[in-house]
Amino acid sequence: MSAYLIRRIWQMIPTMIGVMLLVFVIFHVFGSDPSVILAGKFPNKEKIAAIQAQLGLLDPWWVQLAIFAKQVVTFDFGRSWSTNESVSALLLQRAPVTLTVMLPVWLFDALIAVSLAAWVAYRRGSLTDRSIVAICTAAMSISLLLYVVVGQFVFGRVLGWFPVSGWAQGDLWTNLARYVPLPVILMLLVSVAPSLRLYRSFVVEETNQDYVRTARAKGASEGRVMVVHVLRNAAVPIVTNLGLQLPGLLVGSFLIEKIFSIPGVGSEIVTAVSNNDFPIIKAITVYTAMVTMIANLLVDVLYKWLDPRVELK
Amino acid sequence: MSQNASQSFWRAAGQRLWRDNLAKLCIVVLVFYFGLAIASKLGLVATDWNRGTGVSFANPSFIADEPNPFGKNSQMKPEEVPLDAEARAVDPLAPYYDQIDQAAKAYPQVEEQRSWTLPLGGDKWGRNVLDKAIKGGEVSITVGVLAALLAVAIGTVLGAVSGYFGRWIGDLLEWFYSIFTAMPYFLLVLAIAGALGTKGIGTVIMVLGLTGWTSVYRLVRAEYIKQRSREYVQAANAIGASQSRMMFVHILPNVSHLILVQLSQLVIDFIKAEVVLSFLGFGVPLDSISWGVMINEVMVELVLGKWWQLATVAVVMSTFVVCFGLFTDVLRDALDPKASRR
Repeated sequence: MSAYLIRRIWQMIPTMIGVMLLVFVIFHVFGSDPSVILAGKFPNKEKIAAIQAQLGLLDPWWVQLAIFAKQVVTFDFGRSWSTNESVSALLLQRAPVTLTVMLPVWLFDALIAVSLAAWVAYRRGSLTDRSIVAICTAAMSISLLLYVVVGQFVFGRVLGWFPVSGWAQGDLWTNLARYVPLPVILMLLVSVAPSLRLYRSFVVEETNQDYVRTARAKGASEGRVMVVHVLRNAAVPIVTNLGLQLPGLLVGSFLIEKIFSIPGVGSEIVTAVSNNDFPIIKAITVYTAMVTMIANLLVDVLYKWLDPRVELK
Repeated sequence: MSQNASQSFWRAAGQRLWRDNLAKLCIVVLVFYFGLAIASKLGLVATDWNRGTGVSFANPSFIADEPNPFGKNSQMKPEEVPLDAEARAVDPLAPYYDQIDQAAKAYPQVEEQRSWTLPLGGDKWGRNVLDKAIKGGEVSITVGVLAALLAVAIGTVLGAVSGYFGRWIGDLLEWFYSIFTAMPYFLLVLAIAGALGTKGIGTVIMVLGLTGWTSVYRLVRAEYIKQRSREYVQAANAIGASQSRMMFVHILPNVSHLILVQLSQLVIDFIKAEVVLSFLGFGVPLDSISWGVMINEVMVELVLGKWWQLATVAVVMSTFVVCFGLFTDVLRDALDPKASRR
C-alpha cells in the first residue's frame, strides 16, 4: 500500500511539470502583454518598459520559468500583477466564498441524485423510470445560462424571494440565508440530472448481480435488499464520482459567480485571464492541478477500502 | 465477409433507431434545424438579420395591438406634428419654411417605414428576432458540429496511437492527457481563447476542439487496448498489413459506433459551451450572431418587460439541444444493443 502511494505521488511530478509548461507557454508566448494594460490610459514607451522590468518580463524565458518552478515548490506566487495583492492572501479570501456555494451544491446533488436513482432503478422499465430518464436528458441539455437568466428574473425580480445578486463579505449566515440559495438551486437544476442518470446505471448494474437473487431467496425484504445489499455495492462507483467532483468545488462555476457577483475563485479566473494577471493564473492552475491529482489518488484508495476485491497496482 | 457483417450491423442499428417513435420525432426535428442552418448558410433565409426592419422592440405579431412605448417615435410621421397658425406666429423660422423645404428637396430623402410588428417581435434595434434565431442557429450549429468533429478527430488519433502502440508513446500521451485533465477546464478554454487572440467563429471552433478531445481519447484508447489483441488484428498482422492500416482500416470501424455517440454528445456540449463563451465575451464576436449572443442580449430587455427574444431563443435552442440529447441516447442504445435499457 505505501509503495503504491509513494509511486503515485512520484508520478504527480511529471504531470505538474507538464501543467506548468502548458500554462507558461500559453500565457507567456501567446498571451497579450499585461504591461500595456497596466500602463493605464496614456501609455508611453518608458512607462511600459519600466513595468515590464518590474514584472520581470524582460528576463529571458528560462529565468522566468525557473522563477515559476521555485514558486510552485515554495507555494509562494508573489503578488498579483494587476492589484498588487498577495496571491495567497487573495486566494485564501476567495476559496471559502466558492466553497460556501459549492459545498451545498455537492451535498444536495449527492443526496437527491442517489435517493432518486435508487428509487428509479428499483422501478426500472416502468413509465416513471423512463420519463425521469427522459426529463434528465432534457434538463441536462438546456444551458445553465438559460436557467440562470430565467431563474434570476423570476425568483429574484418578479417574485422577489431572493436578492438578484450580491454577497455579504465575511458573514457566513447572511450569505447562506440570502445569497446562496438561488445560485445553489439553479446549479442543482443542471447538476442533478447527469448524476442521477449515472447513479441509476450503477444501481441497475448491481441489481442484476447474483447476490441480489441470493438475498431475495433467503427472504430478505425488498427494502433490505435495496439498501443493505445493492446500495452498499453501488456506493463504490458513486463515491468515486463524488470524489472526482472535489476539484470542481474549489474552482466553482465562474458563470454563476460572474452573474451573481459572488467574489469567488471562478470569477477571479475570468478577471485574471482578461487582465493577463499571470501570478493568479499560475496559482489557481497549480493548486487545482494538485487538488485534482490528490482527489484522484484519494478516490483510488477509497475504492480499495470500500471494495477489498479491488487490487491497486 | 467482414464487409457484409459490418453493413448489417449498421443496418440493424438504423432499424432499431427508426423503430423508436421518439427517435423518429427527434430525427425529423434535427433534419429541420440542419436544413434551416444550411439554407441560412446558402443565403436563402435570414439574410437581413442584421437590418432593423421593425421599430425598436417591435411587438410579436400575436400581441400586435399592445402599446409599445419604444416604438412611438419611429412611428410618428412629420405631418402628424401639430402646427397651427398660433404656433407658426411665434416660430422664428416660420418665414423660412419654404426655403428650408426647397433646400431639403435638393437632397435625396429616404423615408424608412418600419413595421410595428414582426412575426416573433424585434430586438432593441428593431431587428427581426426570428431571423436572428435562424442565423444564430446557423452559427451555433456550425460551431458545435465543427468543434465536435475537430475534438473527435484529435481524440481518436491520439487515443488510437496511445492504445495501439502503448509503451513510451502511450506513456507520453497519457502524460499529455493528465495535463489537460488536471487543469480547470474553463481556465484552459479561456487561456487558449486568449492565446489565439483574434475573435471569430473559427477561434471558438479551435478553442473548443483543442480542449474537448479528452473524453474521446479516454474511450478510444481503452477500446484500442482491448481490440489490439483480438484475432482479426493478428490476422491482419499476419497478412502484412501496415501499422496505420491496422489502426485505421481494421480497428477503427469496430470502435466507430462509440466515436459516433461521443461526437453527438460533444455537439451538445459545445453548443452549450459556445453560449457561455459568447456570454463572457470570449466567443462569437458581437457583429455576428449566435444563440449565446442572443441570450447575452436579453438580460436588459427582460427588465423592460420585453420577453420575446428570450422566449424565442430559449425555445429554439432548447428544442434543438434536447432533441439532439434524446437522439444521442437512442443512438447509444441502437448502436450498443447490449447496453440498452438496462
